[in-house]
Amino acid sequence: MIDVGNLDIRFGANHAVRGVSFRVEPGETFGLVGESGSGKSTVLRAIAGLITEWSGRIAVDGQALGRKRDRAFFRTVQMVFQDPYGSLHPRQTVDRILSEPLEVHGVRDADTRIARALEEVALPRTARFRYPHQLSGGQRQRVAIARALVADPRVLLLDEPTSALDVSVQAEVLNLLADLRAARSLTCILVSHNLAVVAHLCGQIAVMQGGQVVERLDEAALRAGRAVHPHTQDLIRLSREVEDRAT
Amino acid sequence: MSGPSLESEPLVAVRNLHVEFPSATGVTHAVRGVSFAIGREKLGIVGESGSGKSVTGRALMRLLPGSARMRADVLRFGTTDILQAGEREMRALRGGRIGLVLQDPKYSLNPVMTAGAQIAEALRAHKRLGRREARDAALALLESVRIRDPRRVHDAYPHELSGGMGQRVMIAMMLAPDPELLIADEPTSALDASVQAEILSLIEEQVDRRGMALMLISHDLPLVARFCDRVAVMYAGQVMEELPAADLHQARHAYTRGLLECLPSLSERRDRLPTLKRDPAWLAPRA
Repeated sequence: MIDVGNLDIRFGANHAVRGVSFRVEPGETFGLVGESGSGKSTVLRAIAGLITEWSGRIAVDGQALGRKRDRAFFRTVQMVFQDPYGSLHPRQTVDRILSEPLEVHGVRDADTRIARALEEVALPRTARFRYPHQLSGGQRQRVAIARALVADPRVLLLDEPTSALDVSVQAEVLNLLADLRAARSLTCILVSHNLAVVAHLCGQIAVMQGGQVVERLDEAALRAGRAVHPHTQDLIRLSREVEDRAT
Repeated sequence: MSGPSLESEPLVAVRNLHVEFPSATGVTHAVRGVSFAIGREKLGIVGESGSGKSVTGRALMRLLPGSARMRADVLRFGTTDILQAGEREMRALRGGRIGLVLQDPKYSLNPVMTAGAQIAEALRAHKRLGRREARDAALALLESVRIRDPRRVHDAYPHELSGGMGQRVMIAMMLAPDPELLIADEPTSALDASVQAEILSLIEEQVDRRGMALMLISHDLPLVARFCDRVAVMYAGQVMEELPAADLHQARHAYTRGLLECLPSLSERRDRLPTLKRDPAWLAPRA
């Protein structure tokens, strides 16, 4: 469904992404792990079309993509960002926020679709005519997810979707994402620095450092700690150290 | 530096603290009868956003907005009664005897001053030092927070530093006047996992070496438990449970258990995460 080959991105002197390649099969959720500055979000933004200066190959659903994306691309691919405070228009109601993608794509019966999208992300009907600042952080992230899904995309790009949320809200949003993914057979890429979150949602994982993929492993190998690269081993050790305290 | 009058007295004593924020739509009761004490030890205050944990920390420094109403049976730091102290005494406390490290060094450091100048300013605000001495002391502090190249960082502006480096500068600045208590409010939430561990072990090391007390405020229960002696769990302005960090896995309160159980795990696969069922009984005023 998604094919990235030899992706290279430079910002001036900063060589942010260096020859990254991976494939994501339909219905799969692929995890990109790494620390800030590792290039993981940059890869995601290049796929989304938010970064235009890149070289290499990006293909979605068999279609090789250029720098500019057409409307059909955004019908297929949508993105959810880390910070729901920053990614929702502060002066638009939830209803307005959700109708915008439908207008852009000329989708009819907006009214029923919006009602269904709100129901799907378990937001109360009363939330529809509220402004973002009148909602809690978790509710806002649900609105962002509803906005991404309202025009029925097939690919969802998730950039740290739960790291600005409390752990109890994180659990709800992770369950929601798992349900939606199953119900709509979505293909996803999840970028996160939290190994436990990545292991929870992803079957295949790539670990990035300094703009490169340094290791690739599946969920079972990640959970079992069967990592070869020292950076992956470090990340696993840290994650376990914190987890051991709680159990 | 006057410590508490009796060695047996804790450094910080808080009994029945209430903080309210009146607004046009009603009164928000952010802290409702919180009590705790801190000796020369590390206390973690854990809770979700809106639980009142940060407001509790700010109340200790009387750093609340002017509209806030604060009352307590006891609110004491050393021999200072925080409810009665004059502004002059509070100024000596804030940044002097009590240091405060906040979440994001990007916002808490002055963007138009070099790191070294900010540390020197903190030093000279609370100690009599000449410029030269302040500069040497600032360099020594930067070295003590494990900055490899203190001279470079001394002359750098905040935007030239990474998040982890900025947080080290912030810690150096707060350690400058030799505080007795360090309040760290989500000091690592803006940082990566590995930098997070480095910063917390740095705070731990400095607190132990200087014999300070630490109040670590965070939403991350397992992380706090790893670095503190005791943990107080807050919900809706009240302390639900206080327990030794080592006994966290034996936590009794349903809220604490719920917070631990809803975490995804790396070692163990779970198809669905248990979500927190908020019991209305948790909101009832506690004795």
